[in-house]
Amino acid sequence: MSSAIQSRQSRTRVKSTASLAHRLAERGIDARLWLLAPALVFIVALFVYPFAYGIGLTFQPLARTTEQWGGGPFANYVEFFKDPFTFESVWLTMKLALPAALFNVIVSIPLAFKLRHRFRGKRFLSTLLVLPITLGTVLTAQGLLIFAGRQGWLNRFLLDTHIIDQPLQLVNNYLGVMFSLIISGFPFAFLLVSSYLSGIDPSIEAAARTLGANWRQRFRRVTLPLLAPGLATTFILTFVLAFSVFPSARLVGDPGGDTRVMALMAYRAFGEQQNYSMASTIAIMMGVIELVVIAFVLLGRSFFYKGSTGGKG
Amino acid sequence: MADTPVIDAGRPAVRGAEKIYSKRRKGSGPANRMPGERSLVASPGTWFVWAGIVAFFLFLFGILISVLVDSLGKSWFTNWLPTEFTASWYGEAWSRFELAHVIGVTLIVAFSVVIISILIGVPASYVLARSKFPGKQVVMGLFLLPVLIPPITFGIPLATVMYNFGLGRTLIAVILVNLVPSVPFVIITMTPFIEQINPTIENAARMCGAGMRSVFLRVLGPLLVPGILAAGILVLVRTVGMFDLTFLVSGPPSDTLVVAIYRAMTSAGGAEPRPLVSAMAVMYTVMMLVILVIALRFVNPTQLVARVRDNPDD
Repeated sequence: MSSAIQSRQSRTRVKSTASLAHRLAERGIDARLWLLAPALVFIVALFVYPFAYGIGLTFQPLARTTEQWGGGPFANYVEFFKDPFTFESVWLTMKLALPAALFNVIVSIPLAFKLRHRFRGKRFLSTLLVLPITLGTVLTAQGLLIFAGRQGWLNRFLLDTHIIDQPLQLVNNYLGVMFSLIISGFPFAFLLVSSYLSGIDPSIEAAARTLGANWRQRFRRVTLPLLAPGLATTFILTFVLAFSVFPSARLVGDPGGDTRVMALMAYRAFGEQQNYSMASTIAIMMGVIELVVIAFVLLGRSFFYKGSTGGKG
Repeated sequence: MADTPVIDAGRPAVRGAEKIYSKRRKGSGPANRMPGERSLVASPGTWFVWAGIVAFFLFLFGILISVLVDSLGKSWFTNWLPTEFTASWYGEAWSRFELAHVIGVTLIVAFSVVIISILIGVPASYVLARSKFPGKQVVMGLFLLPVLIPPITFGIPLATVMYNFGLGRTLIAVILVNLVPSVPFVIITMTPFIEQINPTIENAARMCGAGMRSVFLRVLGPLLVPGILAAGILVLVRTVGMFDLTFLVSGPPSDTLVVAIYRAMTSAGGAEPRPLVSAMAVMYTVMMLVILVIALRFVNPTQLVARVRDNPDD
């Protein structure tokens, strides 16, 4: 890279008499860049190389995959798209991750609005909200199994108050995973949304109020457009969390049926079938699908709102 | 990334405005409210919000307390509470799953990841914050990718490489794998933190003849300590709680506590007795809380955001 710059430099400034090091330093290339070297070596060795290796691996299917599905080096991809058992997991993942992320973001908005003002116990409440982040998915799963199971307190309470006659099936199915995604994702979304909200200058809203806008107009025309970039970011981050759900899909879900998410399929191919090339294929497709969703959100954001971003967006 | 709680970090200007505003409201009374203003109390929206919060916390505390009760109870099947209470599950879980070893592994992994990711990440974020160079955008994108891509996506190829190198199920593999999201995380959080430190301080030190090393150790280092501690604690919490990546490369001798709990819940031939798992889960939560309480005595994670916000012009 440096030689290319050097030649460009010599073309543009033929008459410069400064030393090479000085000219490079003018372009921002100096000894300080060496500080970047460890991080670059690290990221190439542990991220770029394995990732490239994994992509290469997807084109080296096992003999049994090629036999069954054909397609030569693309046999893994053929299996991924043609085998309904594998391909269905894409929809199952989407069916969990999209509603969970949407719910977390949409419910955070009114909450963040109501809790924007200072009131007694706000600090306590926000501390409590951070708690589930430290719990982790495995403990949440164990707790849900006990609390919302057939003999758990939730069902017992509903039965004793005669709201229901039969215990509700709340775990070991789609609902269980949804609960776990909301419990671990919602505090995160709420904290992000309220930090974005606090970054919006309240005088803008006050001005709208002075001009006679009611709260609905103020929200729709003033606050929401300013908040939109932050909401998009929050949605993306919670979606990423929900999309790679794995332990809770196995523990509180129905891993053979409704919650057979892509991460679970990838792990099965990796750990149980030792089919590393198929596992890499599913894993890479996971990344591709997630990036497509993120690209859609970002595209929608740029359509929705043009101009400088409000808050910290 | 804004993984930090930031609610309380309001701007002073905002707070002042609110105070004036509330004073005015107190004087005016509900009859002469400003146009478009709604009362804060007792509107249906407020009730909805409080109901939602209450429901959420009922679930949360229900989960926490039922795990705790389960870990202390004997034969809890059909009643509201177990018939007898005992602490023996803890001892049994401790010896059965060799928890002393597991917790040791967890702490070794977590602290090595914190130290290594700070040693690699902070110099890099210094360069990214201070200098412009060709290809900077590419480098930034490269550091952002591991945070955006789901862990399984790069975890599976990475684990395959680890097994190929014969590192599978070793402590080194667990540490290396956990570094992949941690180093970019440190870089992403530390870059804005370094940007808000006034560069004239460093320039002054250079003018006074300080070399690269003494600028770093004696000028920048002390200024960076709060940011480094905050980033380190977030990495520590993430690493202790990291399941996906650790699970892919670890084996029984190198399992961290989360992975050990997962294995106990899914062990072949019927899972372990439920209270045993609950006891382990309680120990995990206690460990996490101890780490957090110790950490919060020394550093306030909101510093990472609040500092930047207080001096946006630097």
